[in-house]
Amino acid sequence: MKIATNPTTENSINSHQRPTMNTLEIIDIHAEVDGQKILKGLSLTISSGQIHTIMGPNGSGKSTLCKVLMGHPKYEVTKGEALFNGENILEMEPEERAKLGLFLGFQHPIEIAGVTLGNFLRHSKMAITGEKIGPVAFMKTMKAKTEELGMHRSFIGRGVNEGFSGGEKKRTEIAQMAVLEPKIALLDEIDSGLDIDALEIVSEGINKNFEQTNCGILLITHYQRILNYIKPHHVHIMHDGRIIKSGGAELAQELEDNGYKKYV
Amino acid sequence: MSRVPTQTHDLIKDTLSNYKFGFKTETKPVYKAPKGLSEEVIREISRQKDEPEWMLEYRLKAYEIFKKKPMPEWGGNVKALDLDNIYYYIRPQDTEKTDWNEVPSEIKTTFERLGIPQAEKEFLAGTGAQFESEVVYHSLHQSLKDQGVIFESTDEALKKYPELFKKYFGTVIPAHDNKFSALNSAVWSGGSFIYVPEGVHIELPLQAYFRINAENMGQFERTLIIVEKGASIHYIEGCTAPTYSSESLHSAVVEIIVNEGGRCQYTTIQNWSNNIYNLVTKRAFAYKNAEMFWLDCNIGSKLTMKYPAVYLLGEGARGEIQSLAFSGAKQHQDTGAKIIHAAPNTSSKIVSKSVCKDGGRGTYRGLIQVNKGATGVKSHIACDALLLDGDSRSDTYPTMKIEEDDVAIAHEATVTKIGEEQLFYLQTRGLDEQEAASMIVNGFAKPIIKEFPMEYALELTRLLELEMTGSVG
Ligand SMILES: Nc1ncnc2c1ncn2[C@@H]1O[C@H](COP(=O)(O)OP(=O)(O)OP(=O)(O)O)[C@@H](O)[C@H]1O
Ligand SMILES: [Mg+2]
Repeated sequence: MKIATNPTTENSINSHQRPTMNTLEIIDIHAEVDGQKILKGLSLTISSGQIHTIMGPNGSGKSTLCKVLMGHPKYEVTKGEALFNGENILEMEPEERAKLGLFLGFQHPIEIAGVTLGNFLRHSKMAITGEKIGPVAFMKTMKAKTEELGMHRSFIGRGVNEGFSGGEKKRTEIAQMAVLEPKIALLDEIDSGLDIDALEIVSEGINKNFEQTNCGILLITHYQRILNYIKPHHVHIMHDGRIIKSGGAELAQELEDNGYKKYV
Repeated sequence: MSRVPTQTHDLIKDTLSNYKFGFKTETKPVYKAPKGLSEEVIREISRQKDEPEWMLEYRLKAYEIFKKKPMPEWGGNVKALDLDNIYYYIRPQDTEKTDWNEVPSEIKTTFERLGIPQAEKEFLAGTGAQFESEVVYHSLHQSLKDQGVIFESTDEALKKYPELFKKYFGTVIPAHDNKFSALNSAVWSGGSFIYVPEGVHIELPLQAYFRINAENMGQFERTLIIVEKGASIHYIEGCTAPTYSSESLHSAVVEIIVNEGGRCQYTTIQNWSNNIYNLVTKRAFAYKNAEMFWLDCNIGSKLTMKYPAVYLLGEGARGEIQSLAFSGAKQHQDTGAKIIHAAPNTSSKIVSKSVCKDGGRGTYRGLIQVNKGATGVKSHIACDALLLDGDSRSDTYPTMKIEEDDVAIAHEATVTKIGEEQLFYLQTRGLDEQEAASMIVNGFAKPIIKEFPMEYALELTRLLELEMTGSVG
């Protein structure tokens, strides 16, 4: 017997229309943690349909920038602004920023034991969209997204990042992005820990999401390799809490060849 | 300034404390003993129950032991408990009923609000409901009665099955075991008596629900479960009480005997209001190839001191104790587990999880004992505590007495403070801090919650979420 399904509920989870232009403006931001100055006047504007890449030596403040933009309680902004579509976000709670459409793919994703990925992400999606989503409809989307990223669907029933390998954690971050459909995504070293095939699959996943949602992306990486798959419009070099040079995709290649010596 | 009427005040307090069982019932008890304990009160209890002489003597002897034993100095703080300010016996109705419609309507309504008759219809093989000192309602599926299963209040069992009763009563936990087992032995009233004949498997759980209603009430339920060879049973107890500003006492004794190849699961969902001292002694004897499983969840009470025990007395016997404790503001859950390996090739497993919030305190006290001659013993113990803030506290006191070499014992203990990084991670996904914390707690508790029957697992998850929303005081 065939059971009739209701197409409107099936498709209601992902809406691919994003006609509006979204912009995140970071203006002369200074931030410190535990009294130590990390960001020292950084400015950058990311808009829908743009891919920006930040490269920079270890400890230059790339992850700090991400955490500051998402509102990590430990980081204190001492100067500067971050505006999302003109609205200052720096006083907002992390979840409010998420609801505006900001997303952070973590360099080191966190384990939450006993909370299944599927259940967590459904609550997350409901919180962000403010709409109720039934578990059955959600699982369908979730399965599709995880399979696209080459993940076995058993991951949906496992604890969030619980016992995941380094690469599995990174894939999961991108699966989350694909489900949550942010307007601006900050992806912090999403390529580290991925094997060669996984890098390609994850890059395709990011590209697909980019094309479908026309989001803005800030891609933090140490390696040119991911840029073979994801074509950035802008490349920035970060050093000691500032952007010291910006250019096009060619800048990444130059860094790969010559290292940071010339700039730092 | 106008005064807030008491009722409204209580209502507000209940709402703020997120305790949805804190309502009170106006009742007219048939008999209420004066406050405090004396030989006269004990004689009156026995008289009211029309007991055989031996039971009165047993009670009076236990009372003498109780008077001699000092209050425990270890464990939780029982100093504020004023034993003279307790009602030791309240009889809510004339006789026990087997039809809800005969139960006084206000009491019936109380149990309806607690969902008892509904649960009985949907997924229980038998139900008991105790209000204050007496079991007011009792039922058991006819098919089980036909197979010789006995499920009665302990008082009824003493009347109907005097031989069986006398054979086992007080054999697992003697009156002199500790101060509170002596107290219970002196003033016990109500509780469940269960006998499962050889080879009978009871598929659906039997449940007893304990309700304290009066302020300064002392409830001394006494439970005795006998599982014969190759038989099995799952017994569930639940408990709640109204919220009062002064203390009440619940002090139960639970004795279980599991004979060869039998299995007993005893599940507790303890959700007393935060003015209750819950001082309970629970112990099971497991014989050859028998299995005892204590599944113990403590959410409520002011202080709980409870360490379910399994004595593995026959070769191949297995004991398992899983417990989950939640301590909120001004609460102390002092819980644990005891396993005595007294026979070869016995095995045990202990899983303890405790969550502390708003200055709440959780303590794990465990004992693993391996007697001389108990070779080939295996035991696994895991204790995890999750602290939600810096004011809360968790302590672990594991004790091991091992008199045999050929044993395999593994012990793990962790204390985790809820991580800023975990909260931040979940918050970046759109969940607010409270939802995030609640999710982390549920994840932490999940390995134990999933051991509960589905209906209870759902209810427990809801209760934990409720405990997590907003802080008290
Ligand atoms: N809690 C803290 N206390 C003190 N210093 C900190 C703290 N957190 C980060 N830092 C410092 O801030 C600097 C920037 O760290 P951040 O993680 O942002 O670097 P990064 O550019 O992401 O480096 P990587 O490429 O290695 O990921 C580092 O020197 C780091 O040690
Ligand atoms: Mg980094």
